[in-house]
Amino acid sequence: MIAAVFSLVLIIAAVIFLVVAAGVCYSCLRYRSRGNAMAEPRQVFGSRRVEILWTVIPLLIVTGLFVVTVRAMVAIDASQDSSRAPDLVITGHQWWWDALYPNGVLATGDIHIPTSRRLLARIQSADVIHDFWVPELARKMDAVPGRASYIWLEADTPGTYGGACSEFCGTQHAWMRFRVIAEPEADFENWLTNEAGERSADAPRLLYFSDERLFFSKGCGSCHSTIAREQSSGKGPSLAGLSRREFLGGGISRNTPENLMLWLTDPQAAKPGNRMPNTPLTADERRVLLAYLERL
Amino acid sequence: MTDWLCAIDHKRVGILYMLSALVFFLAGGMEAMVMRAQLAAPNLKLIAPQTYNQVFTMHGTTMIFLVAMPVLTGLAVYLVPLMIGANETALPRLGALSFWLQFFGGILLYFSFATGDAPNAGWFSYAPLSEKPFSPGAGLDYWALALLMIAGSSVGSAINLAVTVATERAPGMTMRLVPLFVWTTLVTSVMIVFALPALAASLVMLLSDRLQYGQFFDPVQGGAPLLWQHYFWIFGHPEVYIVVLPAFGMISEIIPVFSRKPIFGYPFMATSTVAIAFLSYGVWVHHMFAVALGRNFLAVFAAASMLISVPTGMKIFSWVATMWGGAIRFTTAMLFAVAFLLEFTVGGLSGVAFATVPVDWQLTDTYFVVAHIHYVLFGGTVFAVLAGIHYWFPKFSGRMMDEKLGRWSFWLIVLGFNAAFFVQHFLGLLGMTRRVYTYPSLPWFGALNVISTVGAAILVFGIFIFLCNVGMSLLFGAKADDDPWNAWTLEWAAASPPLLQNFAEVPEVRSRRPLWDLKHPEAPDWIAS
Repeated sequence: MIAAVFSLVLIIAAVIFLVVAAGVCYSCLRYRSRGNAMAEPRQVFGSRRVEILWTVIPLLIVTGLFVVTVRAMVAIDASQDSSRAPDLVITGHQWWWDALYPNGVLATGDIHIPTSRRLLARIQSADVIHDFWVPELARKMDAVPGRASYIWLEADTPGTYGGACSEFCGTQHAWMRFRVIAEPEADFENWLTNEAGERSADAPRLLYFSDERLFFSKGCGSCHSTIAREQSSGKGPSLAGLSRREFLGGGISRNTPENLMLWLTDPQAAKPGNRMPNTPLTADERRVLLAYLERL
Repeated sequence: MTDWLCAIDHKRVGILYMLSALVFFLAGGMEAMVMRAQLAAPNLKLIAPQTYNQVFTMHGTTMIFLVAMPVLTGLAVYLVPLMIGANETALPRLGALSFWLQFFGGILLYFSFATGDAPNAGWFSYAPLSEKPFSPGAGLDYWALALLMIAGSSVGSAINLAVTVATERAPGMTMRLVPLFVWTTLVTSVMIVFALPALAASLVMLLSDRLQYGQFFDPVQGGAPLLWQHYFWIFGHPEVYIVVLPAFGMISEIIPVFSRKPIFGYPFMATSTVAIAFLSYGVWVHHMFAVALGRNFLAVFAAASMLISVPTGMKIFSWVATMWGGAIRFTTAMLFAVAFLLEFTVGGLSGVAFATVPVDWQLTDTYFVVAHIHYVLFGGTVFAVLAGIHYWFPKFSGRMMDEKLGRWSFWLIVLGFNAAFFVQHFLGLLGMTRRVYTYPSLPWFGALNVISTVGAAILVFGIFIFLCNVGMSLLFGAKADDDPWNAWTLEWAAASPPLLQNFAEVPEVRSRRPLWDLKHPEAPDWIAS
């Protein structure tokens, strides 16, 4: 729909530009001074008829364009005061995105959606103004703190679609990328129940494993949750499902052991300006934590 | 030296404005090159992200407030009294005060670099990013204080120019007879008086939030982040026309002289300038189309934004019609004016794309916008200023600029500018967001960005040749007589350069082209038109 409107604008713009360019080029070639500086050309001061003509024709063009614009707006835009509960709540943070599903699953970085269904997504912000943009799937929408905005999110064909923050939001605005993974309804439902069932947030937290105990004793857990259904602290991105992500830090690096290790040794080198403090860890502790992160 | 420091003569103040704009233009240009170097390839790490954000903030702020506005003010302060047959501006001391406020505002802004903490929230500094919790350093305080000084300066110089046009015109020169550059200066001045206070108010609110625990824009304390956007763009969109209308005025002076014909449709040209000024106050929300503000509300601003293209289009058609049937002399000034026509048309048409709300919902805050604003402000305003400097240089200095160097600089600047910015349309369409210090290696991103960077380097080289031409011509240029272009407006009746008293005797003004009437007593305009 937007592509069609853009094509229309492009064609109109191209025609107008060609008319102007043709006029300029023709004048430049045809009416170049032939060196006889004393002879002045005929002095023409204007023509009411021509001037009215080139006022009225553009007026008609923009009137038509306005009608097309309003119709497209109505077709594309979700109602902003819908009583319907959103299918997912997408929140922008400095500098990552996460999506909360109605069953309590919080997905970070990778947002899964079913194909063949139009989802009502609520866009919001946890701190400054961000803008949620997946060029191939939806209009962009500013995430303004203290304000809920709604868009339709819809994919016709399964696939992975790149997205980015489109409003300058501070130091790492460049790396606030995310992916929308569209899959058939059944696959999507599978994914959602798997994420939800992996471990319940309500279950008593028994730290069976020493690596998990280390994670919490070093304070990592005060910012990062590791369970998909646990409410995020908002201070740092949830690490649930980390091993299945292709990228780290909003796209700044691929999810390899070396890159993950960098976050443990020097977070500011991994993503300059981010909020993660440098936690002193021994080499052994880092190895244990890395193994823990890799099985999340 | 003290002659210049204490100058109140409009010609000296005008030159000071232009020199100050040149200094900051070099600073802003260097910032641009730092950005283009960092963006030349994906994932480069030439500078830190914090530094990049400072640099793009300073580039935008510098080019708008310390280059575009002062150079246009300087040209107007220098030329308007000459064009209307006056010997001085109406309020010369206010004019001088405005210049120094402007200059020291710029110094204050750049002093923030010395503190190690330059502003980094963009030239638009959206709240709450610009608030203390997210920008704790002093950079934004410098930014807000500097812009407050510059806003005050702009209002002062605008009042001076408006009063000058209203009260100092030569006998017989009614508002129907003033040159179009004077018309655009008058309209721009009135716009400044009404637009800059919105900026000043928002800056005071921001400073109150940052320094006095105010709560205007911080949502956590019940403030409204969107309030900042409304205030900023109520100033910000008229601002675009404030730095474009004087460019229109210069083009309306230059194209007729080198086409040897009067401007086509003077009443329409003056009227369309006023129409643009009125409409420009009703389009600000098109900077906020990506915010969910309600469909009907957005539609009103879409309509106004589309409507403003009509008077703008009329001007372009009038300039082409002025060339049509003329005897065109391709001096460097005329070359820049012709390039202005084509490039500004591109910038204007991509602007219509943004008025089409659904297109804006995809393309806003991408490199398509970066391309658009540079086609308007560089392809438009800067090209018009370059045309104007080549045209009026003999009047300013009493020397001619070198045409050969002029041609070299022209073609390098045209090539560099279009290479640097045309490809950015495609980058935007491919999904490259703006204000990013780097980008992933997606298809075409690297190739198009390197073209843009090479183009920017060519552009810098072209500007360097232009500056060499200015310097060499000042020293060694051929002597210019009072009216080297065989032009028609009153400034060419003064000496080159004008004496302290511009006119011993003002020529009789009975038409829009008093010098034509003098040169063609057999067919004066006041009979012909």
